[in-house]
Amino acid sequence: MSWLADFFGDPANWAGPYGIPVRLAEHAGFCALALGLAALVAVPLGLLAGHTGRGVHLVTFTANAARALPTLGLLVLVMLLAGVGTLPVLVPLVALAVPPILVNTCEGVRGVDPDLLDAAYGMGLRGHQVLLRVRTPVALPLILLGLRLAAIQVVATATVAAYVGLGGLGRFIIDGLATRDYPQTLGGATLVVLLALAVQAAFAVVERVAVSKGVSRRVRGG
Amino acid sequence: MRPDEPLIRWDWIGRNRSMIWELLVDNTVMGLLPVLFGLLLALPIGLACSRWRVLYQPASGLLNVVYALPSLALFIVLIPVTGLAERATVIIPLTCYALAVLVPAVVDGLRSVPDHVRQAAEAMGFTPLRRLVQVELPIAVPVVLAGMRVATVSGISLVSVGALIGRGGLGGLFVTGWQLRFPTPIIVGVVLVVLLAVAADGLLVLAGRLLTPWARARREAGEAA
Repeated sequence: MSWLADFFGDPANWAGPYGIPVRLAEHAGFCALALGLAALVAVPLGLLAGHTGRGVHLVTFTANAARALPTLGLLVLVMLLAGVGTLPVLVPLVALAVPPILVNTCEGVRGVDPDLLDAAYGMGLRGHQVLLRVRTPVALPLILLGLRLAAIQVVATATVAAYVGLGGLGRFIIDGLATRDYPQTLGGATLVVLLALAVQAAFAVVERVAVSKGVSRRVRGG
Repeated sequence: MRPDEPLIRWDWIGRNRSMIWELLVDNTVMGLLPVLFGLLLALPIGLACSRWRVLYQPASGLLNVVYALPSLALFIVLIPVTGLAERATVIIPLTCYALAVLVPAVVDGLRSVPDHVRQAAEAMGFTPLRRLVQVELPIAVPVVLAGMRVATVSGISLVSVGALIGRGGLGGLFVTGWQLRFPTPIIVGVVLVVLLAVAADGLLVLAGRLLTPWARARREAGEAA
């Protein structure tokens, strides 16, 4: 465990343009941007496919095939074709984040109890009202689960960006490997795990606040 | 990349066929073995978790942490133990990821067995072991298989990160392409990884059909009705 003291105890690792706070901010920045873009694409598509029931097979197939896209390959390919930059690093991360969000949103909306939908239509709600007022709130826990899984994967995988010379926590890992400085590598990995755990905790809070009490069964009876 | 460089040089692919084939085989082995090992470990762990419910919360917490570990860092941590450019250095971390996906799948699968089915098996005098093997596990197959599909497809593509420590199957093509600023090997690698994953996924779907003949009977009955 001496690597912990070696890495986190060294004040040089905390200061300057290559210090832990800067790398952490870079990493979190990539990840938040990638997750936001992926959600912007995947949530509406998932809602639409799940609500209309059209294209569900296409959604599951594409999502599964997209899971197979190797992040490292996509990263170096986009970098070669488009040049080094922050934008290209987003392409593989968004591709990584879309499948879990898309599949969970689609399945969540589709899986809503048909009796509930009959009741909603019976009360005179129209299609889009049923989607927004009934299906989405009921499916919200699954949608958030998809977002959480995507976020964790993105946080863990964004380390690869350092291979093509970009910043983020992967720098510690890749540079540590190159110089055989294992404390640095392990320190970088520890920071990634801590960030992922913080993301998990944040999602737990969001779920607590955003999911209706009736859906999460925190109130009963009535 | 030079401006006159074509996106794909077919002659390069032709000259390197045998090397590409070796990497493909390597990628297949390193992608599929972890799912197999993961399943072998996930079954007893999942059984224990669904039997003693107190276990599930800490176990799933631990697996969530494993899931958050960057694969690259895991590979590096193992180098002193298993050696650089060894298959085991890649297979062990990927087995941990497969486990993180498969344990919840096994637990959910066993939970999907309706209570009345369990009671019926008990009333027919099944011993707990026979009930598990002949009734509960077969009913859990679709849910477990869904987890296996995710683990297999992402496992096959995660292997390529191993290229950064010298053993990544088709990922080796990504490193070559990046170092030479040459897109052909990268494109070949990406396409083959996706094809391999889709093929493995298709085989799992087929296996699922063969393992759950009653589902097909039910589907056909549903269509007829």
